[in-house]
Amino acid sequence: MTVAQPPHETTLLGRDLGEESYLTDGTTLMSWLGTTDHKRIAILYAVGITFFFFLGGAAATLIRLELISPAGRMLTNDEYNRTFTLHGIIMVWFFLVPSIPTTMGNFVLPMCIGAREVAFPRINLFSWYLFVVGGLLTFFALLFGGVDTGWTFYTPFSTNYSNSNVLLAAAGIFVTGFSSIATGINFITTIHMLRAKGMTWMRLPLFAWAMYAVSLVMVLATPVLAITLLLVFVERAFGLPIFDPRFGGDPILFQHLFWFYSHPAVYIMVLPAMGVVSEVIACEARRRVFGYEFMVYAMLMIAVVGFMVWGHHMFVSGESQFANLVFSFLSFVIAVPSAIKVFNWTGTLYRGQIRFSAPMLYALGFVGLFTIGGLTGLFLASVPLDIDLTDTYFVVAHFHYIMVGGSVSAFFAGLHFWWPKITGRLYPERFAQFAAITMFFGFNFTFFPQFILGIEGMPRRYHLYPQQFQALNVTSSLGAVVLAFAYLFPLFYLAWSLFRGERAPNNPWDATGLEWQTRSPPPTRNFDFDPDVRAAPYGYHPEHNAPHEVSQTHEPQTP
Amino acid sequence: MLPIAASTYAPRIDLLFWLMVAISGAIILLVTTLLVWFSFKYRRGTKAKRGALMTRFTREVEITWTVATFFTFVFLFWWGASVLVATVPIPRHAMEIHVVAKQWMWKVEHPDGQREIDALHLPLGVPIKLVMTSQDVIHSFFVPAFRVKQDVLPGRYTELNFTPDKVGTFPLYCAEYCGTDHSRMTGGVVVMTPGAYARWSQAQPQGDSLADRGKRLFTQLGCAGCHVNSETVDAPDLFGIYGKPQPMTGGGFKLADESYLRDSIMLPKQDVVAGYAPIMPSYQGVASEEDVVELIAYLKQSGGSTSR
Repeated sequence: MTVAQPPHETTLLGRDLGEESYLTDGTTLMSWLGTTDHKRIAILYAVGITFFFFLGGAAATLIRLELISPAGRMLTNDEYNRTFTLHGIIMVWFFLVPSIPTTMGNFVLPMCIGAREVAFPRINLFSWYLFVVGGLLTFFALLFGGVDTGWTFYTPFSTNYSNSNVLLAAAGIFVTGFSSIATGINFITTIHMLRAKGMTWMRLPLFAWAMYAVSLVMVLATPVLAITLLLVFVERAFGLPIFDPRFGGDPILFQHLFWFYSHPAVYIMVLPAMGVVSEVIACEARRRVFGYEFMVYAMLMIAVVGFMVWGHHMFVSGESQFANLVFSFLSFVIAVPSAIKVFNWTGTLYRGQIRFSAPMLYALGFVGLFTIGGLTGLFLASVPLDIDLTDTYFVVAHFHYIMVGGSVSAFFAGLHFWWPKITGRLYPERFAQFAAITMFFGFNFTFFPQFILGIEGMPRRYHLYPQQFQALNVTSSLGAVVLAFAYLFPLFYLAWSLFRGERAPNNPWDATGLEWQTRSPPPTRNFDFDPDVRAAPYGYHPEHNAPHEVSQTHEPQTP
Repeated sequence: MLPIAASTYAPRIDLLFWLMVAISGAIILLVTTLLVWFSFKYRRGTKAKRGALMTRFTREVEITWTVATFFTFVFLFWWGASVLVATVPIPRHAMEIHVVAKQWMWKVEHPDGQREIDALHLPLGVPIKLVMTSQDVIHSFFVPAFRVKQDVLPGRYTELNFTPDKVGTFPLYCAEYCGTDHSRMTGGVVVMTPGAYARWSQAQPQGDSLADRGKRLFTQLGCAGCHVNSETVDAPDLFGIYGKPQPMTGGGFKLADESYLRDSIMLPKQDVVAGYAPIMPSYQGVASEEDVVELIAYLKQSGGSTSR
């Protein structure tokens, strides 16, 4: 595909952007803040979540520093409680939930199905503004005065007892929820309506399937969060008795509502990661994803059964033992599709031609850490073990393995994988490989000791703790130093690459997806041609295929 | 790694725990081995065999590991469930101790009237039933050595039962985040030989038993005014109702257990006994959670009627 080369332009930063692309199409601030281009909106989101990631990370660093000493030397109890609440709220709602869908989803999803836009471009921009407004409200609530309820807002503490900015934080999260819903609706409609010619459902890349599954969950679960926060809001602000036991209310009802959203929210955080990792592993192992159809059904099953397991957060809340057993069984059931996915990623490596690029290292790290996170989840699905382990550091370690070891690793995998496409520049590979390996070790160094802490009985959300737990806490804090370095490092080399990196070719990975058949960075309308899909994704082998022969737009070969 | 096991229930939990460690360890080992082995053997540039796989083969592998995983997980569920089910029935003769939690303190009331704060003395080998409630927010009673944990809720009684089988002092933690001094809401459970327990019990300032205090409150708070031989007010006789189903206005029955009695004092409009007018005032703010515990102890003790 030859393209006419228009004269190079310079931006407001005065640098050469190369040939005409979505980046050169308007270079004023307003051309960004008023854009309806899904790729530019992805960049806007990326700026937002990067900010929140490092804000939440700073809080985590403070927590780990404070826990070096069992007596807590720097912070008061109230300050400590506000710090972990800030960490939780920011990381869950302003980093993990939006992270992959709003950045890579927004950028890559339309392109990988051969669309020129999302279905509702203006709603897409609107969703970013909702995110910003919600983010600012919450940011001010958390930083000026603070919130001390934990990210879970359990009643009646949050409604009647907490002396902190619960109302403002709840309002911020409420608003941000609508940005999730808008993104979900946009993706579902886009996948249904805007697939390119020949892009049948079973030819969708797994990343697109992941975005579809996660959108279903976002659209169905987030309204419940909105209602729940609204109820907390009216009870706290206007004294309307809803959860207050003094008026016959039930504080446990709050937990049911909250986890009915927040358990599916775990899958909002991890399904996109599964999608990213599937793309990266297939490409870097030059191999079809093992059991593509099973991968699709596994993701859909996770999305559906994910709605039926919320009660496993409440085994010690006074829930009936019958309900406990039902939720326990369903929690074991939902582990099956997750296990299938792990086996399939492993199977994809079989007979592959593996290249250990940075995205691949992150993706392999994801598989290992997700496996540990998932299996420790089985401990918590078993009622008698959960009774002992819940609300201890075992739980803290478990969900960090899923969300940080899993989702954040996958975020970095995707970031590096699509970086050349998004920016049109290559990143320094050696640095990136180094960061990936450091992140893996730093992560285990930080969080593995927390499993042992939990097994030994250290409760979570403890500012002061018995002396016997100090050694492991210090180990964990040392690991956090390594981890913090591993997270900061990409900020520098990626920033360098943005300005000085080598120009990226259109398809640096020789990948099959449609997003790789267009230019890097892509033009505003995504493609200079009309994509015509003729093959299933991941036609990487046989090995002697030339790069263009594996693309989804190429007629499949009979080996 | 696991803390010392000090209840009859703990060894079963520990066995389940190590079983889970073994099975998940085996799965992690399998996945890691395959990842490393494939990564090494099929790294780019090696001469390993790389042809396509037969679709039928892929399918069968897929079905095999799905079914294998499913049955492994169902087995683990079954094991956990059977451990749980074995602990559900509470021994009838269990020693009943009341726990009232508040920000940031554990208050304990023994049946004979001894009171403790942030400490719980127990005799060795006696089945214990804790009946717990909270004065304010949700707390959670957690004794790692017993492998037990139960949330303590405002407006409701939750129960916890176990039998301590080792002498010693074991840490007690609040495990549900409850505000500023959550991490200070700790204490110790002291398990003593029966002889030592009896001596400890004797040495406590001798107050009245819970039921005796309840009897006094029954008059002081004015309960007796309506519920005992009243000429003017038609109120149900309360003695001997504990543990019996009560007919409700609007049909149906409710079991008169601790929670029911508590609700009837604090939220009297919620469940009105059939045949009576909903005229009882709420004792919210009048009677404390400890008062309610004592009143209930009195009602439980007095089997016979004093009415008429």
